[in-house]
Amino acid sequence: MLRILVTRLALGVTTVALVSLLIFAAVEALPGDACVAVLQRDAVGVRLENCRRDLGLDRPAVARYLDWAQGALHGDLGRSAGSNAPIAPMLAVRLRNTMLLAGCALAVGVPLALLLGILAALRRERAPDIIASLAGIIGMTVPEFVSATVLIYVFSIWLGWVPGIVMADSAAPLAAFFPGIVLPVVVLTMVMTAHIMRTVRSSVIDVLASDHVQMARLKGVPEHRVILVHVLPSALLPAINVVALTVAWLLGGVVVVEKVFNYPGLGRFLVDSITERDLPVVQAIALLLGSVYVGVNLAADLLTLLLNPRLRSRQSGA
Amino acid sequence: MAVSSTLLGRTLARGSGALGLGLVAIHILLALFAPLLVPYDPLTIDGAMMFDPPGAAHWLGTDELGRDILTRTLLGGRQAMLVTAVATPVAVAWGGLLGIWLGLAGGRIDAVLMRLVDAVLSLPWILKMLLIIVTFGAAAQVLTVTLAFFYGVPVIRVARAAAHGVVARDFIAAARARGHGTGAIVLREVLPNVRDALMVEGAMRWSWMLLAFSSLSFLGFGVAPPTPDWGLMIADSRNSMAIAPWSALAPILALSTLITGINLAADALAKAAGLDRAQNVVH
Amino acid sequence: MSSTEPLIALTGLAVGLRMRDGGVQPLLRGVDLAVRAGESIGIVGESGSGKSTLALAAMGYLRPGLVQTSGTARFAATDMFSPAGRALRGGRLALIPQNAGQALTPTLRIGAQIGEALRLHASLPASEHPARIVDLLAQVRLPTPDVLARRFPHELSGGQQQRAAIAMALAGDPEALLLDEPTTGLDVTTQAHVLELLRDLAVRRGLAMVYVSHDLGAVARVCERIAVMYAGEIVAQGTARHILRAPAHPYARALIAAIPRTDRASLPGAIEGRPPPPGGAGIGCAFAPRCPLAAEPCHASHPPLIAAPGGGEVRCRRAAEALALPLAAAPVNRTARTETAAPVLRLDALAVRYREASLADRVLRRPPATDVVADIALELHPGETIGLVGESGSGKSTILKAIAGLLAPASGSLRLGETLLPTRSALRSPAARRVIQLVFQNPDESLNPRHTIGDILAQPLGLYFGLAGAALHNRSTALLAQVRLGPHYLDRLPAQLSGGEKQRVAIARAFAADPDIVLCDEVTSALDVSVQAAIIALLDTLRRERRAACLFVSHDLGVVRALADRVVVLYQGRICEAGPADAVYASPAHPYTEALLDAVLKPDPDHTLRLLASDIVESGPPARGCAFQNRCPCPVGEICRTQTPPAREIAPGHTVRCHLH
Repeated sequence: MLRILVTRLALGVTTVALVSLLIFAAVEALPGDACVAVLQRDAVGVRLENCRRDLGLDRPAVARYLDWAQGALHGDLGRSAGSNAPIAPMLAVRLRNTMLLAGCALAVGVPLALLLGILAALRRERAPDIIASLAGIIGMTVPEFVSATVLIYVFSIWLGWVPGIVMADSAAPLAAFFPGIVLPVVVLTMVMTAHIMRTVRSSVIDVLASDHVQMARLKGVPEHRVILVHVLPSALLPAINVVALTVAWLLGGVVVVEKVFNYPGLGRFLVDSITERDLPVVQAIALLLGSVYVGVNLAADLLTLLLNPRLRSRQSGA
Repeated sequence: MAVSSTLLGRTLARGSGALGLGLVAIHILLALFAPLLVPYDPLTIDGAMMFDPPGAAHWLGTDELGRDILTRTLLGGRQAMLVTAVATPVAVAWGGLLGIWLGLAGGRIDAVLMRLVDAVLSLPWILKMLLIIVTFGAAAQVLTVTLAFFYGVPVIRVARAAAHGVVARDFIAAARARGHGTGAIVLREVLPNVRDALMVEGAMRWSWMLLAFSSLSFLGFGVAPPTPDWGLMIADSRNSMAIAPWSALAPILALSTLITGINLAADALAKAAGLDRAQNVVH
Repeated sequence: MSSTEPLIALTGLAVGLRMRDGGVQPLLRGVDLAVRAGESIGIVGESGSGKSTLALAAMGYLRPGLVQTSGTARFAATDMFSPAGRALRGGRLALIPQNAGQALTPTLRIGAQIGEALRLHASLPASEHPARIVDLLAQVRLPTPDVLARRFPHELSGGQQQRAAIAMALAGDPEALLLDEPTTGLDVTTQAHVLELLRDLAVRRGLAMVYVSHDLGAVARVCERIAVMYAGEIVAQGTARHILRAPAHPYARALIAAIPRTDRASLPGAIEGRPPPPGGAGIGCAFAPRCPLAAEPCHASHPPLIAAPGGGEVRCRRAAEALALPLAAAPVNRTARTETAAPVLRLDALAVRYREASLADRVLRRPPATDVVADIALELHPGETIGLVGESGSGKSTILKAIAGLLAPASGSLRLGETLLPTRSALRSPAARRVIQLVFQNPDESLNPRHTIGDILAQPLGLYFGLAGAALHNRSTALLAQVRLGPHYLDRLPAQLSGGEKQRVAIARAFAADPDIVLCDEVTSALDVSVQAAIIALLDTLRRERRAACLFVSHDLGVVRALADRVVVLYQGRICEAGPADAVYASPAHPYTEALLDAVLKPDPDHTLRLLASDIVESGPPARGCAFQNRCPCPVGEICRTQTPPAREIAPGHTVRCHLH
């Protein structure tokens, strides 16, 4: 068990290191640098050289990478090329906002998805399953900006129940994001619920068809106990990985929703930084999101390992 | 060939499969023949006809510049579909072959490349796409190559996993013992067995590429105005939502039916091929 | 005994598979069966005969998609398809499932699963459950029951899982047990132990048993009565003696004749044709299309169940004539050849290790992994067949893979004729690859499901002989004809073939290369006995016509007896004994060989098993000494633990590795 833990952790760290290299190299390969982007037309002569010296851009790439990586390890992500402010605090407040949004969506979406998935599997090919599956397809496929647009029209413009955009600025206290956060949470919940529900449904169906469930029934175990004790513990394991992917997606991939609802989260920060070519910020965000992705997936793998007695001893035996 | 036609038959035999393929077929036909069908010029600005509600002259109304929405909707998917229709097969082909080969080869090269794949996948799609776009612009060729590359990376994973299910089987051992080369084993023994999985994967990649493409347009990074494009049209309509809600309806329906159609077809295809698509959620 | 009410009573029970178009394909066609308290009855049939459906239906359970079309299933006069009947499941009437590894819930500890049965069916206060669980596990003769109760199912060996399932069935204090192939998939020696346990439990607890199996030998060991099923109905039933000694149904006789025997070399008798698919039995006798005695009336109408001439009941119009059909195949003469020709294949001190020591192992100074296969020496002469026998984990398949170049041996050498063979197939010359061909256990795995039979045969023919076009077609057709398949099979996919037909194609593919050596890895173990008999006959013909030497791996001593000139017995990757088949079977010299032979089940009501070797599970060979030391019934002493026994020739060509000799 300890050995798997160490191996997985090492793999995760390797991946994060690769991400940092990759993103550094990608930014390096882009024509122009932070100074050219910030100074724009003034990016000539002494001003450009001064700027580059200030930001340390005149040193070799390897040295700069090592500096950057070392800083990142200590929580120092450098300074923004645009505002010259330290990046870490800016990032922290955006991350806080994004986590609020993601947290709300997860709190609603995960229980809902589990419930719907289990229900659909138990009532397979009947009304609950067909409705849930159809809703799942729609939730999964309709683009976020489409559902957001429709929801804003219906609930904000037509009915006037909730605001269509978030007015709070990025550093506002969390309470200021309500009730504007309701619609973005609904949009995100629709997409993620669909994904998790489909996984749960098919996994429950698989387990229901297994020999040990037939045996439990033939042992005289009442149906509700068959589901709770013999089906769900193994059927819900695959959901862990999907939830992990969902968390990573919620933290890093909801640019469109943040943009539509004017939500001051990481996604918008990322897009704005890229368009302003504030490359140090882009690097910092990329590193953060890459680490989050690796981290949650690692956590999911370990959790699965912990909860699945079969995997646990097979792998430690190997 | 026989398998493929019966697979198509089995997909069509499902109600959702027939509906999905039907939607996709209609969209493809409309995109191909739209220039012959459209009643107006998509770019002509008519100041007198701003926000004209749906009626006899303009069946779906006009937008903020008085352009015919039906015309713009019929033409608004062409670029997205052209770009993704080229990028999808390319992504599936390179990702699929590399994935199968890695699944078969294993060892150090597999471990190293999969770390790289993980690293690329760990970054959100918008970051990867935007870095390219701000540098090279959003021309159709750039988008095609970029989508084909980044959406081929997750295919590596899917193909590799599918290949792992095949590689352990005895017919691969039999082929190795007979002395066939790796290339022959990939193409002749493994590929036919993962082809269905790759087809389903391709359908999903296509829908995600469309989603990415229209999201980029919506955010203002993709197709440049005044070219008609669904994502762009929806973005524009948001400013006038209170006074002209119909202007968003047509592009919303068009985009949603296409993507939903592809997914319904992919679902039915997966079931017809005996695969479980729901287990497969690598973005 | 005859006056008492039957405990289990099936009357006219019919079960069918509901089709998409609303029709029903019959799987069980009017089955009548009565089992009295304390009585044990065996239900025997091949796959698709409906025997497992019957066992589950007796519990009032039908698999999804199946429907009861007529008749009843009662237990102690309670309709098992009613709610009252359902309440009896797992309590008074318990099931012991086919594959306990799959049937135990993977996420629950053994103790918890037995405790659940106690809670549902036993009137025991909850405080006494833990002690009862340990007691039950001890009753099924599991060592350290208190430890095993805390284990998860996958942490147990196959035999232990099966015993745990038996303990779970006993928890409800049942009056009757339904056993669905309870020993299938277990090793011979383990199977013998489980069967003895079941027999013992039935007698001690006065249990009624319905024992469903494809194996007449297992049924003969446990059951007083036997019913033979074919195409969803009982075609013969009677006491074990009636059915095994003088069966009056042609199918029952053919089934017995198809069982390979260990007492003499003989080719088991195959049954021509294949059983009808569900719903395809027609109006006449279902067996008539395959029956040597079938006459006009047999095809015209369904035969009734009548009193059989030899005792019991039989569903055959020609039962009297059937008694004259052979019950066993004629022996064949396998004169041990005095070999003068040079061996075509030679293995010297071959050893295989699954894991090479990694850097981490070396840093941490872990002891090196023991070789899974060690010190294998073997000479295969032209045209000769060597049987490689052993239980699971004996390394027999590993040896074949090493010969085929799929696994690199850690040490030792392989020689093809005079030339040293490179270890990996990729490094061998095309000619060397051609002369060694491999046939795998399961054709579903070894035939690419996406290739037609034509494609499959074209691969060796194209690779080794460059055949294409008409020449390829002619050669493929000829190969198919040699394995008794028509040319129309060329365009079919494997999924359209039966298991036996698929294995014929796999054999044809191997012989397509015109090999000198054919390696057969458990090639019949996935097949029904009647199909197995046909494959054995086919292999026997082919290897003689093509003069191919054959290395035949099997866990089934009967199958090996049918084909092998010489036998090599393996335990934990080490050779125990090797010699002429006649000598080894007649007078086994190694304790393990003896234990294996004594554990073989025979379709004979008077045959008793001798359980020599202890039934413990070994995960790997011991680091020092004799591989069999932990289970040996007659150890010599300390020397068994410290020294690897050397090979000693006790008769010409007959070597044993045991300190007894």
